[in-house]
Amino acid sequence: MKQLAIVSGKGGTGKTTLSSSFGALLSPVVLADCDVDAANLNLMFNGKLEEKYDYYGGKKAIIDQDKCDKCGICKKVCRFEAINFENNIYEVDPYACEGCNACVIACPQNAISLETALSGEYYYSVIDEQKEIVHANLNPGEETSGGLVAEVRKLALKKAEEKGKDIVLIDGAPGIGCPATSSITATNYVIIVTEPTSSGLHDLKRIVETVRHFRREFGVVINKYDLNPDVSKQIENYCLSDNIEILGKIPFDELVEKSNLEMKPIVLYENSIAGKAIKEIFEKVMEKLK
Amino acid sequence: MKITILSGKGGTGKTTVSTNLAYTLSKKYKVQLLDTDVEEPNDHLFFNVNVEKEESVDILLPVVDNDACIRCGECAKACQFGAITSFPNATVVFKNLCHGCGACSMVCPVNAITEVPKSIGKIVLGKINDNLKFGMGLLNIGEPSGVRIIRQLKKHIDENVDVVLIDSQPGTSCPVVESLRNIDFAILVTEPTTFGLHDLSLAVDLVKEMEIPAGIVINRDTGNTNLIDEYAKKENIPILLKIPFDRKIAKLYSEGKIFSEYLPEWEEKFANVFDTIKGMVK
Repeated sequence: MKQLAIVSGKGGTGKTTLSSSFGALLSPVVLADCDVDAANLNLMFNGKLEEKYDYYGGKKAIIDQDKCDKCGICKKVCRFEAINFENNIYEVDPYACEGCNACVIACPQNAISLETALSGEYYYSVIDEQKEIVHANLNPGEETSGGLVAEVRKLALKKAEEKGKDIVLIDGAPGIGCPATSSITATNYVIIVTEPTSSGLHDLKRIVETVRHFRREFGVVINKYDLNPDVSKQIENYCLSDNIEILGKIPFDELVEKSNLEMKPIVLYENSIAGKAIKEIFEKVMEKLK
Repeated sequence: MKITILSGKGGTGKTTVSTNLAYTLSKKYKVQLLDTDVEEPNDHLFFNVNVEKEESVDILLPVVDNDACIRCGECAKACQFGAITSFPNATVVFKNLCHGCGACSMVCPVNAITEVPKSIGKIVLGKINDNLKFGMGLLNIGEPSGVRIIRQLKKHIDENVDVVLIDSQPGTSCPVVESLRNIDFAILVTEPTTFGLHDLSLAVDLVKEMEIPAGIVINRDTGNTNLIDEYAKKENIPILLKIPFDRKIAKLYSEGKIFSEYLPEWEEKFANVFDTIKGMVK
């Protein structure tokens, strides 16, 4: 089984445009939407929900106010500034608490315990006979999205194995932190989507470094390359000088806006120039996965 | 006044709004712009920043003295992140899993664990002009979370300026919460599409939960923003500004330019946004 991930250093570069198109072109396939902060891929495919799972992320400390004698040791040992002293009581700020256990250990009154917290949900949905999707929803304010990404990937792999599907397509989380790296570990190939803006180039360099850090094979796609030919050229020069393969360049296409409104992958629009470019990139990537 | 600019998702125009607001407001006020999008900070690309200071952000990593260690395994039991394991011959720390909380050294009965600082990123501080101070955080590649960097950057908030603008990370997870802590107002940047609405509603849930007053900026307005307008009305959140889907604006952005500097009619519009916010924050 092969795992293909589509990532971008930053959101908004066209990752969903590309991954929804790849999702439409691949058959059979299991899709894994790892952008758990704001999962969008299923909106494009409208899969029918079949299974739903709770996701328990990190733990949080809770102070039993009856036992607490207000010594303040917990606040002193906490390195995450998660314990506040207000209105004469010590309280845990659940947003800042990383569930590390230090305050539990330090409390002389045994007044603190760790409790498991429900952090989100993940889902298995069926799009049609050939396509399935695993997606998720992280509760706002949760830190453990890397863990949820791992759950999404695990379930997608399991489903692919059960149904004998050869390929899992991962729509990666943006950025370079835990969710992003959780989306690319152990993949067979990574597509990096970028766009020709000066921030796009800056972000591209950081995600390239990240993918290299995890020793994944990868190539770059420049989206809306004709929006700024100068910066596009800069990106191409950077790739050339750094020995990075450019898989293709997608032209700016007003139909993409329409496809987003109509919730239909752009490759399904026959006269789309962006769709045509994506099909060519798709062929190239499929060769690499063989 | 402290304002955080967020969006349910990346690419909606957070950087555009942050940099344009910082630029236009600095003509009249003392402003500080902090880029807490530490995985991919971009605001500095739009300005000439005079860097005055850099600061490493460190966490404390445990180091085990394996001669002193009696392999009792208490450290591994205490660690919630699976970052330390006691084998028969040695106790080993897995650096990338360690949160630097200190629990292991607290429980070690023979004091075999000491802690050494490890840099997970840095903070860059400087100024753009006399009225505009700047700061940003940068997470090292391979490090899992930027929350500590954001926290340290926010310690540099200058209480003497009129406006602090914080350009948040995308999404609604922990780093975004960190950028929203102890601020007065949140600007939610969105696009007038179904995706945009979906992501916007996540951001709205978060600010409501944190009880922070908020307003919406619609970016890439193509003339049909009913979707967002209706939602904003239903949620009782004002729309502060609509920025059109305009090739001119997109091009200026792609060149790393602040569009209101080149399209001066926008200066007043951004200034008005601030006036509206002032009216909403008591």
